[in-house]
Amino acid sequence: MSLKGIDQILKKFEYRESAIIAILQEVQEKQNYLPEKDLEYISEKLPIPLTRIYRIASFYNAFSLKPRGKHIISVCLGTACHVRGAPMVLDRLKLELGIDIGEMTEDGLFSLETVNCLGACAMGPIVVFGKEYHGQMTPARVESAIKKYKKTSKE
Amino acid sequence: MIKFTIDGIEVEAEEGQNVLQVALDNGFDIPHLCYHEALEPYGACRLCQVEITRGNRTRLTTSCNYPVQEGIKVQTKTEKVIRARKLVIELLLARSPNVPVIKELAEEYSVGTPRFSLDNDDCILCGLCERVCREVVGVEAISFLGRGSSRKVGPPLEINPQTCIACGACAYVCPTNCIKVEENENERTIVRWGRTLPMKKCKVCGRSFAPWFQLDYFGKITEGIPKDFWDKCPDCR
Ligand code: SF4
Ligand code: SF4
Ligand code: FES
Ligand code: FES
Repeated sequence: MSLKGIDQILKKFEYRESAIIAILQEVQEKQNYLPEKDLEYISEKLPIPLTRIYRIASFYNAFSLKPRGKHIISVCLGTACHVRGAPMVLDRLKLELGIDIGEMTEDGLFSLETVNCLGACAMGPIVVFGKEYHGQMTPARVESAIKKYKKTSKE
Repeated sequence: MIKFTIDGIEVEAEEGQNVLQVALDNGFDIPHLCYHEALEPYGACRLCQVEITRGNRTRLTTSCNYPVQEGIKVQTKTEKVIRARKLVIELLLARSPNVPVIKELAEEYSVGTPRFSLDNDDCILCGLCERVCREVVGVEAISFLGRGSSRKVGPPLEINPQTCIACGACAYVCPTNCIKVEENENERTIVRWGRTLPMKKCKVCGRSFAPWFQLDYFGKITEGIPKDFWDKCPDCR
């Protein structure tokens, strides 16, 4: 992210250390992950030790320190989704994308993640593409969903 | 003065002290791995558990972070306490079966092979290194990272913490001795954190005695000490 962009976010939160989570969220929002140099810059500007930022950034699942794809695919592996066949859906996604959990496709389009219960168990198994929730997923429906996202990103 | 009893014996303490410290000062033996008197208690290892009775309520609790109170009854050796301690030792042993202090504790409390799957970690996540670096050294070079089963202690990016002065305080407090410090003529390395710093030679005797960066830092945080104080080793000062 541009240093100017980070400055704006920091300003918005009045350089408050207590707003660090909100700051990290906004910085991540733009690029789907938290690059090292951005964290260093935030640490310098607030100023708070870099360790404190890493402690927080590595604690919450919502933050990623590794680059993530344009579309983050999260497969729910909560109990309900699990018994409804989420592991099969996940296997199919791995196969289609050629990546494992926590990895990103070479073209930078997709990342694969898992979550534990999204609170919509009745619709399971659930797969979230970016911000869209897809219920009652089956291995067969995985392929068409990926195709759709590939197409929309090209446009 | 606050008066209370430990195993039936009356002891005295100052307001603000914790039960563990008072017990240790009075010669009671309570095992503890994550406590150091110079640091804030953290209550991580759960080894220092005792039974404390206050009013008509008795409960099992960690003594390192329990503030002393008038009239409480502390018991360090009840059946319940021993059972809790044994379970903690069993868990620690499952995590770190090759760490001498843990093996000794297991022997002392007759804890055999744990029922849990064995790991081989030399760090028990006591957090002493992280606290000494933050609270005493004041540079916050390392911290806890991640959470749950992947929680660990380390520098940001997991290597070569830029603010680490290679003072070795973390290695000194580590109960499992898993932070190694290597030193030669020219450099000191804190192996676990991947931090190597050049050493400064004493202006008088020529012996390498501390990392440059550390002395610079001391020079900055101390007042009223002549600058050349940090050019000489402790023996020549
Ligand atoms: S050696 Fe480095 S990490 Fe350890 S206490 Fe000193 S400054 Fe902190
Ligand atoms: S490295 Fe040592 S001092 Fe630090 S948390 Fe692990 S066991 Fe404790
Ligand atoms: S288990 Fe998947 S939404 Fe609850
Ligand atoms: S010494 Fe009290 S919990 Fe570790």
